[in-house]
Amino acid sequence: MPGFVEWGLELVRRASSDLSPDVEAVVRRGRDAEPEGSTARNVLDSILENVEMSRADGTPICQDTGLTSFFVHLPKGYDAEAIRADLQEAIRQATKLGYLRPNSVHPITEKNTGDNVGVDLPHIEFEPAADDAVTIDLILKGGGSENCGAQYRLPDASIKAGRDLAGVERCVIDAVHKAQGQGCAPGILGICIGGDRAGSYMGAKKQLLRHLDDVNPDPKLAELEATLLSKCNQLGIGPMGFGGLTTLLGVKIGWMHRHPASFFVSIAYCCWADRRRRLVVRDGVAQVL
Amino acid sequence: MKKEPIRLVLPASEETLRALRIGDEVLITGTVVTARDMAHKYMVEKKPDSLRDILTGGLIYHCGPIMVKEGDGWRIVSAGPTTSSREEPYQADVIETYRLAGVIGKGGMGEKTSAGLKKCGAVYFHAVGGAGTLLAKRVKKVREVRMLEEFGVPEAFWVLEVVDFPVVVTMDSVGGSLHREVLEASSIQRKELLGL
Repeated sequence: MPGFVEWGLELVRRASSDLSPDVEAVVRRGRDAEPEGSTARNVLDSILENVEMSRADGTPICQDTGLTSFFVHLPKGYDAEAIRADLQEAIRQATKLGYLRPNSVHPITEKNTGDNVGVDLPHIEFEPAADDAVTIDLILKGGGSENCGAQYRLPDASIKAGRDLAGVERCVIDAVHKAQGQGCAPGILGICIGGDRAGSYMGAKKQLLRHLDDVNPDPKLAELEATLLSKCNQLGIGPMGFGGLTTLLGVKIGWMHRHPASFFVSIAYCCWADRRRRLVVRDGVAQVL
Repeated sequence: MKKEPIRLVLPASEETLRALRIGDEVLITGTVVTARDMAHKYMVEKKPDSLRDILTGGLIYHCGPIMVKEGDGWRIVSAGPTTSSREEPYQADVIETYRLAGVIGKGGMGEKTSAGLKKCGAVYFHAVGGAGTLLAKRVKKVREVRMLEEFGVPEAFWVLEVVDFPVVVTMDSVGGSLHREVLEASSIQRKELLGL
């Protein structure tokens, strides 16, 4: 009888090797928009070829399989600690099978644990589920893109950003310019407005769980997402930072209540290889979406 | 019109390398050696002569691959480039010490490396970031590995034989840098968008 070790392993395999179709569709649109014969189009062609090869072979899209984060929604009656242990075991097996690269380095001794299990690795969060299904969202986020994340504290005079949505817009444009091609552009932004420093960064990361073709339920934020996508693509940074029309694939914005004294804008930069998948277990039947 | 890529076979003459220009699309055949953060610190601090046989005239590849042990050998599973800018403090020194033909990486490097390329007639090649499976398939043989015990899988020196490995020249030996050009152009756009 398969359980969360087997299901978790399959979730990791799919996330690592099978790019979500909503991301692939936007890469393809970007490819079609770039001029024929341009380096930008050639890069996007290589990306699409790599996506197809990885899916066919079941091999990691990118060798940097990043840090692993699980977001679990758990109905009443499940043992969270048992699921945690199972997911850690799934990560160990996935590393042995080459679905994941060992990415867990001790910051003081420099020693790699070799199995992607360490302090807060994999990162696992539990929340109560709304119905009787267990859902587990997984993100694999590479180090190069993580290094391009940013947090602004408004007001910020250096970019004339005040404490409003116009100010948020300026932060994001500035951050995308700073990132250039370093985060493996074209990128996807998860943004959180408000919160405290730590919560705001995690809120930004969780925006990356949204599908690129969804629409923000808040019309003001939906408009800002569209505006930012268009404006950032005018920067001309392009795929890999070689220049071109496709600098970003998507922008997703959420918010949290803030302290009166603090106004943070947090930005999680995700590379084009936005590796996320969801496991749903209902009545003992598992499905990876 | 799509330009035909240039085929580069290593070892190459200094004249061949110096003729490459930013924007050139190149297919590389020959030996490349992976080296990233720990390796660069080690090469600069220790300058071991024992690495000359694998490095001189070859290319360093900024890459931490996924390798699976099979019998006595290794299978390369996924092997795209990692961000090069972290090696900026070391790169020019490493190129000169080991007489490299150049470097493969992603994201480009700074002015110190640019000066080093100019001095030594070397080139910075950019591979497509994230294209791990596609690039691993261009590795025809994993010849050997050094410092595996000390550095671990992602950071070890993996000696790879590649055939038609696809890259773009983004920094050349005459001081050209596509990264500098895109930064300058996008900085003008940024100023306009922000009204600064």
